[in-house]
Formats: sequence, structure tokens, C-alpha cells
Amino acid sequence: MKEILRILERDARKTPQKIATMTGKPLSRVKEAIKKAEEERIIVKYKTVINWDKLEEEKVQALVEVKVVPQRDVGFDAIAERIYRFPEARSVYLVSGTYDLAVLVVGSTMQEVAGFVSQKLAPLESVQGTVTHFLLKRYKEDGEILGVEEQPKREPLMP
Amino acid sequence: MHPEGSPISQRIREIPPSGIRRFFDLLASMEGVISLGVGEPDFVTPWRIREAGIYSLEKGYTSYTSNYGLLELREELAAYLAGRYGISYNPHRELLITVGVSEGVDLALRAIIDPQDEVIVHDPSYVSYMPCTVLAGGVFVPVPTNMENDFWVSARDIERRITPRTKAIILGYPNNPTGAVMEREELVKIAEVARRHNLIVLSDEIYERLVYGVEHTCFASLPGMRERTILLGGFSKAYAMTGWRIGYAVAREEIIEAMARIHQYTMLCAPRIAQMAALEALRAGDDEVEEMVAEYDQRRRIMVKGLNDIGLACFEPKGAFYTFPSVKGTELSSEEFAERLLIEEKVAVIPGSTFGQCGEGHVRCCYATSLAEIEEALERMGRFVRRLRRHRTK
Repeated sequence: MKEILRILERDARKTPQKIATMTGKPLSRVKEAIKKAEEERIIVKYKTVINWDKLEEEKVQALVEVKVVPQRDVGFDAIAERIYRFPEARSVYLVSGTYDLAVLVVGSTMQEVAGFVSQKLAPLESVQGTVTHFLLKRYKEDGEILGVEEQPKREPLMP
Repeated sequence: MHPEGSPISQRIREIPPSGIRRFFDLLASMEGVISLGVGEPDFVTPWRIREAGIYSLEKGYTSYTSNYGLLELREELAAYLAGRYGISYNPHRELLITVGVSEGVDLALRAIIDPQDEVIVHDPSYVSYMPCTVLAGGVFVPVPTNMENDFWVSARDIERRITPRTKAIILGYPNNPTGAVMEREELVKIAEVARRHNLIVLSDEIYERLVYGVEHTCFASLPGMRERTILLGGFSKAYAMTGWRIGYAVAREEIIEAMARIHQYTMLCAPRIAQMAALEALRAGDDEVEEMVAEYDQRRRIMVKGLNDIGLACFEPKGAFYTFPSVKGTELSSEEFAERLLIEEKVAVIPGSTFGQCGEGHVRCCYATSLAEIEEALERMGRFVRRLRRHRTK
């Protein structure tokens, strides 16, 4: 199962047929394993890593530190939920350290992102304060280096 | 001046020039070629190893080291061999850091061969064994192996070629070019032959870490073989460090001392930066090696299946990163096949004949290249083979 997942994590478009050859497992077992992983939400979704910076329509992203007051019984979960339901919040993490929630916010302009933080995030009752860091350049995302790295050339023939 | 007017020594003239030289020239004039002719990983050296090299430069570690290599590295290697194969070598006197296994082969043969001594080697085998034997003044005695026997060399076939002049056996498993891995059982029989006839075994184990679903047997770990084996290993393949030129030789003190004497006067020492990077490689643990091996394994399966589907019969290689399909069905020689495939479909492979007579009828295809390239190459090869077949049946 893990080997199949690792192959899909790197390339979601690999067909079960190909994966079966790559792993030396029967096709039926591969299909079964993928189906099971999908059902159990081990595979959450198949998505594509896109370098939006290459297109005219640039996206603005900001990492927002959010300091909150945890609530009785539900801790941070209730406030986290109120935040992650906004589509503008692309990723939401509970973190240790000087603040509590790390929220990755996406918008089409700086104003839009700033508006979301000041109008929606900051006014939430249990939010004590926010610090917004706009992303200036994306080098690597989810393990993928976004710029084109020049591959060093190998000798094409070597016994 | 030599009477015949050539400044080149008789000994060198006896060594034929590399058969793949002309492929280089052909390739240089072409674009869009996919090469399955490479002999090294497509991964770059893991970053923490490269970083150790950079750090050693920053710190100014730019001097010579001991002829034997950094003691720290030898100690770490001795611990590695003990941990992995249960063999113990004294890092002070039984271990030599070399400039790759290539230098190790040369040193080992020069250290033990007297003029006309015979060296028994399986055929096909890595290209340097024959020339290095000749350079050392020895006589190269090939033992045929074939696909039907998974390219294993049998103890019986070796024994049949032993004469009073036989000095050593060379074993190169996991094998380049075939990808064959010999299992312990047969190696034990070869060990018995070596003991019976008092032979040295030069075991080139550069691909030791690249095995798939089988275990690598270190020849020196077989009963009684520690004293008879010159074990050659290196960092090039497992850690993707080919350009660093760093390897090692281990053997009993007498042999290592002799090898070190040659090394001292011809090489002095392996590059210090490479030695420091190699030290980091050993300390870094196996995670990245295992990741690379897992990926080679997947590509290996794709390539073996792809070649067999095309109709180029291919036995399942269990090690290194080569497949060695038969092209006999095409009725082309391995050189013709390689040349026409390159010209007609822009896929470079190495003719099996480069590795000895028994390599004829095969080509070597390396799968240390991206899956996308492997798949494209297989497609082109399929087209090529189908075309050959159509022309033949006409």
C-alpha cells in the first residue's frame, strides 16, 4: 500500500496498470489498494501543482499568524473550523510557539487578502491578534521546486 | 625512436581502442537522443553529502591526506563492513581509499600479477578488467556465461580453465553489463575452487547496494575468503557520487601494503574533498540510498516488461541498473543494432560485444534515467524492432 501511495503522491496520473508493473504486484491488488485508500480518505484528493506565477493573473498569498483564546471543551478546534470554512483560507494549521493558528490566505490582490484578514479573521471573537506576512516568492511547494533547475549533463555513453 | 616509428608501447598497442568511440561521434552530431547508454545514476549526490564537500572547502581542508586515506574514513568504512557483512578489517593496515574502483582494479592487478600470470574472468564483464590485466602483464582468460544461466559464472567452468599459471579470479557481481546477481550457494563453490588452487579473488562490488529483492553476498564474508579476497567498493553508485572519484580496497595487510605502494607513487592520495564527502555519506544513514533503490526497482520492472513486450527477450536482472536484452531475433549484430537504433530512432544503447564475446547478441540498456524517458525509449525501440521484423518477412 505505502509503495503505491508513494508513487501516486509523486505522480497522480500513473495508471493502476503502470503501478502494477512498477511494483510487481497484480493489477487487481493495486486497484483494490487504491480504492481502499480513497474510501478511507488516505488519498484525500488528486490535485495538480501549478506555478501560477507563470501566468498573468498572479495570486497573492499571505501567511497569517493568528493568536486565539482557546474555548472550554472544544479548545482550538471550534475557532479553527470557523476560519477554515472560508474559501480564502487555503491551509490552516495549529502550531506551537508564540501564536496558535497559521493560516495561508489566498486572494487575487493585496487588498483582497488584507480585507479578508481585517474584515473576517481579526474581528472573530476569540481572535486576539493577527500578523500578516505576504509571500514574496515561492521557491518550493509541497516538495516540488518551482523554478526550472538546470540538470547537470551526464556522459551519454559510458561502459 | 621505435624501429616501427610509433612512439606507443607494444603493451598499449595490444589494447584495442574502445568500440563505442564512434558512437560518441555519431551522438555528438544528433539532437533529441534518449540515452540508455549511461553508466551512472541520474540522481545528483544527496544534498547533505554535497554540503559536506562545500563545508570542507570553506574550512580549508585542501591538503593531501595519508596515502591510505583519512583514518576517520577508513574507520567508518571498517565499521560499515563489519556491520553490514560481519567482516572485520583493521582500518590502519587493511584498508586503502582509492580514486574509485577503477583505480582499485588497476592497483590490485598490478600488485599481484607477474608476467604471464593468468586471470580468470567471466564474460561478459566490465570493460576495464581485460586492459588492466594486460597492463599488469597478465593473461586474460574469459569464462563464458549466458542468459540461460542468468549470467552466473559457474565454479566448474572456472576450474576447467585453471592452469599452473592461474593467479586470480575476478568477480564483478552485481554485474555490469548484465545486472546479474550471484547467490551465495554458487559463490561458496567458487570460494572452494579458490581455496583448492590457492587463488586470489578480486571481487568488484561497486553495485553492492543496488539489489532488488535478493541479498548481496560479500565475497570476503564467505568461509576462508577474507584472506584471499581483494574487495573493491565505492561510493559512486549507491550515493550517486561518480564524479567525486572515490572508492576503497580491503584485503589482508600484505596485499593492501603492496597496493598502497603503487598508489603512493602514482596517485598519492584520493582527493580530500571527496574523502570528506564520503565520510558524510557513510554517516548520513541509508534513507536516501533506499529511496533511490526503490525507484530504480520500479524503473527496472517497467523496462524489463517493456523489452520483453517488444520481443527483445530480457532476463530479470536483480542488481545494478542495467538490463541486457537479447537482440538475436533481429538478426543484427549487437553493434549493428545499436548503430541503427541510434540513427533511426535516436535511442542510444551499448552493444553487448563491448563487454566481451559473450555479450554479442545483446545490448545494454541502463534504467538510471527518468521513467518518462524510459517509456519514450521503449516506444521508439518497439517501433524499430517492428520495422525490422516487417522488412524481414517481406
